[in-house]
Amino acid sequence: MKKDQIKDHDSLQVPESHGMPRRYFFKLLGGGLFIFFRPWNALDLIGLPAEQAHGVPKDYNAFLHVAEDGSITCYTGKIEMGQGIITSLPQMMADELNVSVGMIKIVMGDTDICPWDQGTWGSQSTRIFGQLMRTATAEARGVLLDLASKQLGVPIAELEVKDGIITDTKDPKKTVSYAQLTKGQKIEKFLDVKPSMMDHTKFKEMGKSYNHVDSTLKVTGEAKYTGDMKLPGMVFARILRPPSHAAKLTTVDYSEAEKIAGTKVIRDGDFIAVINENRDKADEAIVKIKAEYSFNEVQVNDKTIYDFMVKADSNAMALKSTGDVDAGEKLCDKKFESEFHDPYLAHVAIETHSALAQLEVDKMTVWAATQSPFGLREGIMRELNLPAEKVRVVTPFVGGGFGGKGEFKQGIEAAKLAKLAGKPVMLVWTREEEFFYDTFHPAGVIKIKSGIDKDGLIKLWDYNIYYSGTRGADAIYEIPNTKFTHYDQKRGGSPVHQFGTGAWRAPNNNTNTFAREVQIDIMATAAGIDPLEFRRKNLKDVHILDCLKAVADKFGYVPGKSPSGRGIGVACGADAGAWVAHMAEVKVDKSTGKVKVVRIACAQDMGLCINPEGATIQMEGCMTMGLGYTFTEEVLFEGGKILTHSLDAYDIPKFSWLPKIDTVVLDRKDQPPQGGGEPAIIAIGAVIANAIFDATGARLYRLPMTPERVLEALKKV
Amino acid sequence: MDETIKFHLNGKETEAAIDSTQTLLWALRNHFGLTGTKFGCGMGFCGACTVLIDNEPVRSCQLSVGDVAGKSVVTIEGLAINGKLHPIQKAFVEHDALQCGYCTPGMIMNAAGFLIKNPAPSVQQIKEGMENNLCRCGAHMRIIEAVEAASKEMKGGK
Repeated sequence: MKKDQIKDHDSLQVPESHGMPRRYFFKLLGGGLFIFFRPWNALDLIGLPAEQAHGVPKDYNAFLHVAEDGSITCYTGKIEMGQGIITSLPQMMADELNVSVGMIKIVMGDTDICPWDQGTWGSQSTRIFGQLMRTATAEARGVLLDLASKQLGVPIAELEVKDGIITDTKDPKKTVSYAQLTKGQKIEKFLDVKPSMMDHTKFKEMGKSYNHVDSTLKVTGEAKYTGDMKLPGMVFARILRPPSHAAKLTTVDYSEAEKIAGTKVIRDGDFIAVINENRDKADEAIVKIKAEYSFNEVQVNDKTIYDFMVKADSNAMALKSTGDVDAGEKLCDKKFESEFHDPYLAHVAIETHSALAQLEVDKMTVWAATQSPFGLREGIMRELNLPAEKVRVVTPFVGGGFGGKGEFKQGIEAAKLAKLAGKPVMLVWTREEEFFYDTFHPAGVIKIKSGIDKDGLIKLWDYNIYYSGTRGADAIYEIPNTKFTHYDQKRGGSPVHQFGTGAWRAPNNNTNTFAREVQIDIMATAAGIDPLEFRRKNLKDVHILDCLKAVADKFGYVPGKSPSGRGIGVACGADAGAWVAHMAEVKVDKSTGKVKVVRIACAQDMGLCINPEGATIQMEGCMTMGLGYTFTEEVLFEGGKILTHSLDAYDIPKFSWLPKIDTVVLDRKDQPPQGGGEPAIIAIGAVIANAIFDATGARLYRLPMTPERVLEALKKV
Repeated sequence: MDETIKFHLNGKETEAAIDSTQTLLWALRNHFGLTGTKFGCGMGFCGACTVLIDNEPVRSCQLSVGDVAGKSVVTIEGLAINGKLHPIQKAFVEHDALQCGYCTPGMIMNAAGFLIKNPAPSVQQIKEGMENNLCRCGAHMRIIEAVEAASKEMKGGK
């Protein structure tokens, strides 16, 4: 070992990349071998586009720790919200280090001890962070082998590793463990040599199915979520909320609230809250506050929003095009124009936004239910004017996110309250607050003009998005003449969305895949071709073609022109680097408009699948959740007033809705891993709309497909 | 106003000087430290706060702690006996019948109450019995399988 790789504990000179001197890590973690890695090298290695690397600090992005006792810890700024990376990230690390998965511990979402991370979203934990981590771990293994080679006096090529024990293959008595190698030493090494991740033929843990490692904690009630934390002297807070996003506080009288036993009112301008040791008393007090508001409402609601969007003075952005749509029109034998509408949706994680904040001397610590611990830290730094090292965000288990906990307003509010109150403050949003400050899936309009030639080949695709976002808008089909335009908020123009919008599981893709796949079905029917065959005819992407074949086999698909009366639908798409194809069978009650999904199947190509069991569960979850936006979910509003504010008014999927669900994960061990937590939701609206058409000949262009809308569509058949 | 309330909590005779008007949910979580019982909506719609009161699944956000005086309350923490998981908990683990886990205690407590009343249910009856407990992650299919497996392991209560 080179001398410069061994450093004294206190002589480490390292950049303060995220507000904390590196030597602080050692205090927290104890002795052992640290492997730091530079993301830029790793990013080059795995060929990520530059934009995905944007925001990652140039020093290092993540690290692992091999402790003196041989235990290995993975530190990640990602969080666990049910997607299962607490189980799968250790699988990735274990293989690269030739240890069993049981030897790996994982620490997540603590900004003082985990490396900076942009947030847990976009299905990036495996395909981006996981690959970076594998690269680092491969290097750690290289360093350990180098150390072992020197200690045992055996060339590296003659060593093998199993369960953290390095053995001389020629003399099995000569062994040394990772623990022995690291004992008492602090070793630092940057990656200057391109490491290679393990070849898939050598995987032992990756590709093996594991149940959730956190399930025992979760079935016993021992798992701690943010709201389960408690600190001495802690009080519960409730904040005065306006009745509309367009309301401004004019007068307030909180004298009655102060009469509720144990209540204290906290005020900083329009930010008014009550605190009480007893949560029910805080609930009682907050409604005693008499407040009046002035309103500056825009005249738009959940019915008029679509027209409002199309007529708004928008910023039209040309996305990309191929060929010439005018020329394409001339090649068409049949042309089709459709307009699709998709409403605002709520996330409805069962855990509401929660945070516990404590100010100790000058350090603010916030435990928060968030998908973005580092984003929240920055928000608190801005709001309270604190430097990074004075703010720590810790993320316990998160009770569902779906994109909604990318928003962390509650964490900033709790921090402000803790500072103002001078004591630890627990803030657990009510369901009504959740429905008010949610960053809703944006409503949108999609207008498509398309056409086919006499052979059923698509020659024209003019695709226009109004305000709902572009993810998943790619045509995916082979079309010579395409044009894509996104009409979105004009800078400086009056806002079209009257409240916050944001990422909702596979953001924008549900809307785009619904519109595209229904339009494809319309053309298949007009061409007189089976909808699966029509797709195959117009697709070249082997990944989607493979998914279509796999789902057809699983489903037992028998070709037939639609509408066949059977109630069978097909749809496909791409998201987060993965590909999916779905088939569904429905029964439609033509007298009531009620639709029952009998069965639904999905085949997914997600590249290397780390934990097939975990991936399957995510797919089942996607398909079940997707039934909500398909059939019932819609946020009603009038200007800035949200009219849907309870779980009684906003129906999410329930047990009785459940169809038979089948899943296929394509075996792609030789490919890089892709996203797995979102793709299987994107085509649910489309596959069911197409199945309803196949059953009845009624075409639906509007989500959710409520019984009233199904009846309306049936009238037009 | 604090008053003394006596009830059975997870099998133990419990006496507490407590504001009896506060909801059972927040009393369990904040006074008794039993945070396995979750707040999800506070209106009785989601079921995350389900506990057993005299073997009936009840939403603990919908009654006050004073209402359980003299009764028997079982929370998720009281289901395992001497560290041995209850068959429903075991089945949830084996069937991987959860994702984020936040609705899980309420699901399990509802299932526990349901299986007391109907020890050998059909799949359709399980769906009906679990219908009003909400899960957003979409673990429904596996929850049904887990409840069915647990009912078999419990030999239909026999």
